[in-house]
Amino acid sequence: MIKKTYEEINEKIKKGTAVVVTAEEVIDIAAEQGIRKATEKIDVVTTGTFGIMCSSGAFLNFWHTKPKIKMTHVWLNDVAAYGGIAAVDAYIGAAEVAEGDPCNNNHPGHFRYGGGHVIEDLIAGKEIRLRADAYGTDCYPLRKLEKTITINDLRDAFMFNPRNSYQNYNVGVNCSDKTIYTYMGILKPHCANAHYSSAGQLSPLINDPYYKTIGIGTRIFLGGGEGYVAWPGTQHAPNDPRSEKGIPLGGAGTLSVIGDMKQMNSRYVRGVSITGYGVSLMVGIGVPIPILDEEILEYTTIKDEDIFAPICDYGILYPAGEKCDIGSVSYAELKTGEIEFQGKKIRTAPLSSYTMAQEIAATLKDWINQSKFLLGQPSQLLPTDEKRGGVNNG
Amino acid sequence: MANITKSVFVKFSPEVVDMPVVYRLVKDFRLIPNIIKADINPQNQGYLVMTLSGEEDDYCRGVDYLKEKGLEVEALVDRITWDEKTCTQCGACTAVCPSSALSIKRPQMNVEFDGGKCIVCNMCIQACPVGAVKLDI
Repeated sequence: MIKKTYEEINEKIKKGTAVVVTAEEVIDIAAEQGIRKATEKIDVVTTGTFGIMCSSGAFLNFWHTKPKIKMTHVWLNDVAAYGGIAAVDAYIGAAEVAEGDPCNNNHPGHFRYGGGHVIEDLIAGKEIRLRADAYGTDCYPLRKLEKTITINDLRDAFMFNPRNSYQNYNVGVNCSDKTIYTYMGILKPHCANAHYSSAGQLSPLINDPYYKTIGIGTRIFLGGGEGYVAWPGTQHAPNDPRSEKGIPLGGAGTLSVIGDMKQMNSRYVRGVSITGYGVSLMVGIGVPIPILDEEILEYTTIKDEDIFAPICDYGILYPAGEKCDIGSVSYAELKTGEIEFQGKKIRTAPLSSYTMAQEIAATLKDWINQSKFLLGQPSQLLPTDEKRGGVNNG
Repeated sequence: MANITKSVFVKFSPEVVDMPVVYRLVKDFRLIPNIIKADINPQNQGYLVMTLSGEEDDYCRGVDYLKEKGLEVEALVDRITWDEKTCTQCGACTAVCPSSALSIKRPQMNVEFDGGKCIVCNMCIQACPVGAVKLDI
């Protein structure tokens, strides 16, 4: 039995001798050399994902003003941020639509600008119009503020996303008889197309299905900078049914992540407009998996053909809150661009970028190879049993 | 002479909007037009998007005729832009594109655009979350 520790792997990373491969590369290495040899050789497997993650946002601090203000309402480029926290702190959510947007009054709405775009623009160093009002207090007398800022004018800017990086995800189809505009894209009637949203074999939580290495304090690639897993994400559901290989057959695990926006690169954080649905944010995340033993390495060798996603009807069942799972399909099949469903061939398309996921896994690999990025040992692993609640499942 | 099919964008000024140019293309130049989209109002300017099939020589003479008559003719592909740098290579446009002008190259999984196949249905413009496809007509 091979055993490695975080300390040993970090020592190798510091010396530049750690062997790092991506979650794609490990598949062939393990097939050629076997699990034991591959475990001996490989120290870290890097993963990556890049897709729309609505449950994202950022805490911003604007510095105190002269005279001081306790902001009640805050807008950035006319997108409302939440000001119900301390004086010059605010939280901007990715899914907040710009004020005055007609939304779906003329369906399907375009949703041209929102919180996700503000976050991208901040990271890109663009100028943002800040507006705030306040009711005024003895200690914070200023009642109105309006100025142009960039990220450099902010005291603090950190992204804090309550739910990112779903372990697995639904494949969207539309069983109704009209075109629908969803967060899974434009779905044509009578199941004429199917959209999926996962990096499959490259996806972080797919490669560590029982969270044996990922937990609070795991250092990650977040939006082009260094971030951390902060907590299990909202709706983290480890008890979802799993395949024989332990891979969840539905969404299952999620991550709550945090990271300094001033380090980030807008290539990996993109504001998006989803026709008929709203605004959101595409986030790039990469998680390194330390190869502590053979079991952990074996999990990272998972292939698209062994990962199955539920096909869900977004036309009738999903919106009604009914059980919407009406089929199952592997990512290997989805990636061909065509699947057979209910006796007919239908076109498939991804909503998450596989090439960006590859780029993120490769970038994280480079960082580790260049000794720029050390592994963070989690202080508590993600829960594997929801019933026990919280993170205290140890 | 080889048979060709090309997609063109034709712009009418108010002076030439009454001219039955499609008829002339059929009768005088033996071209087969397939109109994809048109917005032409009397006494007003307008545009016509169509594919033209026929012998290359006839196609060139037909286009010259349109230009002589004061119409602007451009290859449609010049009017549609897919900005590779803005594109995140997600692929959300590819299953809704009816003509496979936008497709995914496999196994690399990157998005490719072939303007020659585009039929200007605008589905990609609705489907693209980052506005990487733009149509200027």
